[in-house]
Amino acid sequence: MERNPMRRQLQTLRKSLFDQGYLDDQFVQLEELQDDANPNFVEEVVTLYYRDSGRIILNIEQALERKPFDFNKLDAYMHQFKGSSSSIGAKKVKAESTLFREYCRSRNGEGCMRTFQQLKKEYATLRRKLEAYFQLARQAGPVETACRPK
Amino acid sequence: MVVETGFSSPRTDAFPAGLRVLVVDDDPTWLKILEKMLKKCFYEVTTCCLAREALNLLRQRKDGYDIVISDVNMPDMDGFKLLEHVGLEMDLPVIMMSVDGEIRRVMKGVQHGACDYLLKPIRMKELRNIWQHVFRKKIHEVRDIESMEGIESIHMARSGSELFDDGSFLGGEDTTSGRKRKDADNKRDDKDLGDPSSTKKARVVWTVDLHQKFVKAVNQIGYDKVGPKKILDLMNVPWLTRENVASHLQKYRLYLSRLQKEGDIKNSFMGMKHSDTPPKDSTAGSGIRNSINLTQDNVSNGSFSFPVNHTLAPSVDLKGHEGDRKGITSGPMTELKGPFPIDVSGPRKAKSSKISFDHSLGSVDSVVNFASFGPTDTAQYSWNEIPEIQFKQEYEPLQLENRFSQLPLPGLQHHMLPEYLQPAVSVSPGPSITEKEATSSGFEVKSMYDDYRSNHAKHSSQTEAVGESHSLNNQVFKSISTTTSSMKSQDTVPNHLTVSEFSPKNLYEGVGADDLQLCWPQGDCYATNFGLQGLDCTEHNNPATALETPFHLYDHPFDPTEYYASDQGLFA
Repeated sequence: MERNPMRRQLQTLRKSLFDQGYLDDQFVQLEELQDDANPNFVEEVVTLYYRDSGRIILNIEQALERKPFDFNKLDAYMHQFKGSSSSIGAKKVKAESTLFREYCRSRNGEGCMRTFQQLKKEYATLRRKLEAYFQLARQAGPVETACRPK
Repeated sequence: MVVETGFSSPRTDAFPAGLRVLVVDDDPTWLKILEKMLKKCFYEVTTCCLAREALNLLRQRKDGYDIVISDVNMPDMDGFKLLEHVGLEMDLPVIMMSVDGEIRRVMKGVQHGACDYLLKPIRMKELRNIWQHVFRKKIHEVRDIESMEGIESIHMARSGSELFDDGSFLGGEDTTSGRKRKDADNKRDDKDLGDPSSTKKARVVWTVDLHQKFVKAVNQIGYDKVGPKKILDLMNVPWLTRENVASHLQKYRLYLSRLQKEGDIKNSFMGMKHSDTPPKDSTAGSGIRNSINLTQDNVSNGSFSFPVNHTLAPSVDLKGHEGDRKGITSGPMTELKGPFPIDVSGPRKAKSSKISFDHSLGSVDSVVNFASFGPTDTAQYSWNEIPEIQFKQEYEPLQLENRFSQLPLPGLQHHMLPEYLQPAVSVSPGPSITEKEATSSGFEVKSMYDDYRSNHAKHSSQTEAVGESHSLNNQVFKSISTTTSSMKSQDTVPNHLTVSEFSPKNLYEGVGADDLQLCWPQGDCYATNFGLQGLDCTEHNNPATALETPFHLYDHPFDPTEYYASDQGLFA
């Protein structure tokens, strides 16, 4: 168990992200990839994700402003977004993406819009939580031992 | 590891370190992650965010890579199309990736020749195993030779062996065999790969010029009447062998059939008619043709190209089926086992070693299961539908479905459930297909073309097939697709779906030890960070490609005109 209180706090925060379903195992995979050669790998990936996926969100928003909806296009965008979200293990966001795609397939515009709003919320929430997590991690200092709570 | 196969000994212990991987994905986040993962496996990684860039890289350094990993959905070119190109031009193993595990899509990948289809998020262990595809392909080359035993190609091989040594083969699969025959004492079996000096086969590079000569010859003879020998004679290229031509012809046929399908879709008109193999039963024959046209597939990305078949091809030309089945049937490979019945007649030829479906059975099974190819149940499936390709597409372009029809997976049926087995797939990660492999080693998909045709044929026979038997064995080519069509929804596909692998090309071009250098000069073709910089790559969509509209890739029927336009790139 971590003796450093900040580290403990960090671990608690981290655990809650998993317990509450924000993150899945993919995030752990990223953590395992982090090493001396890439000591900030996870944060870099998350940053890249938010930057790139933000663009897709914008595209979807624009597409949702054009009526009638081009469901094929929306689905394609969301497919892309989902793929991206799977890269960091964004579990809830992914779930909303899947739902959105189902609505696209059933040509349910209303469902799409609703789901999209929900998706954006989850997306923003996760971002906040991860930002807090990384900030805390920086403050807590480097991990002396390689142990990573799994 | 093993390397008995002939990889240079010095590298043996280091193998598979240094495997040269080209990763293509428009998603910069994934590109970064994959790059890191692959480096952890000690592979040499080059990343790329655009399919066209990837093709350029591959063309510039023909033997610069051992394996390609590509995402299915990319803005500038459909992943399946890239798969096809890589297969036609470089004959490298290609692994597809997607977050979408829908059986149809997976099937499509397999049909197009992907040697594997990974679901995102991808795990390290899956990437660690990719070397097996390269290795397997190489081994298959050896086996192909064996299977050609007794086939006229052997003779060819003998006579052509000298040619082989010149290294002019296409992908070397044939050559290897040729070579093998020549050195009868050589241990054919996979060992052969090991000796770089003797097995060093240069791949035939089908340049634009060469391909044009080829096409010209084909047109002169008449597409319906072509045969490798005739083409070879007309082309008048001294260093080219009949095997090279046969192999290329196979690919070309697949490619054409795909185009045709796409066209057909538009016109709902039957797809390719290959004169050579009229669907046997044709009952649905015509229907099948259509279906085969997979137009559906094409639609989505046009890429449907079955051609890729490299791997996919489950269709191993199984000659067994009298060719009509040719379809992809990776299925019961067992049946086929034996040296593929490939009767090398004409195009079929053994060239297909590429696809040696052989073991794919294992994987195929899994795939097949999905599709429930149903020969058994086909009835319920869309088999019937297939012919019209109107597969029920769920909104998603069915390409897959169509394709599936082409893939008869013989024997898979055991898994077939009317409902498409979902996840019953036994996806065996990595080389799971062991047993199948053993049996199937013969499968080469050789004639994708044949398969293709057979597919057509098959469709017609599908209906019959359905009735027929569950034993796909004879069917070999049951159209997998048909089942797919029935499958709706997402089936959870196991993350790692192993598909038959292609016949291994020279793994490392003769496996030079040097090829496996671990160190891959960072800057060197790394190019790329095409991907990374390209955060905008994804936006390409429309602007970039006149040829394809990215989103159309996903869902819209492929517009043949667009496709043709892009053909330029085939050998560009």
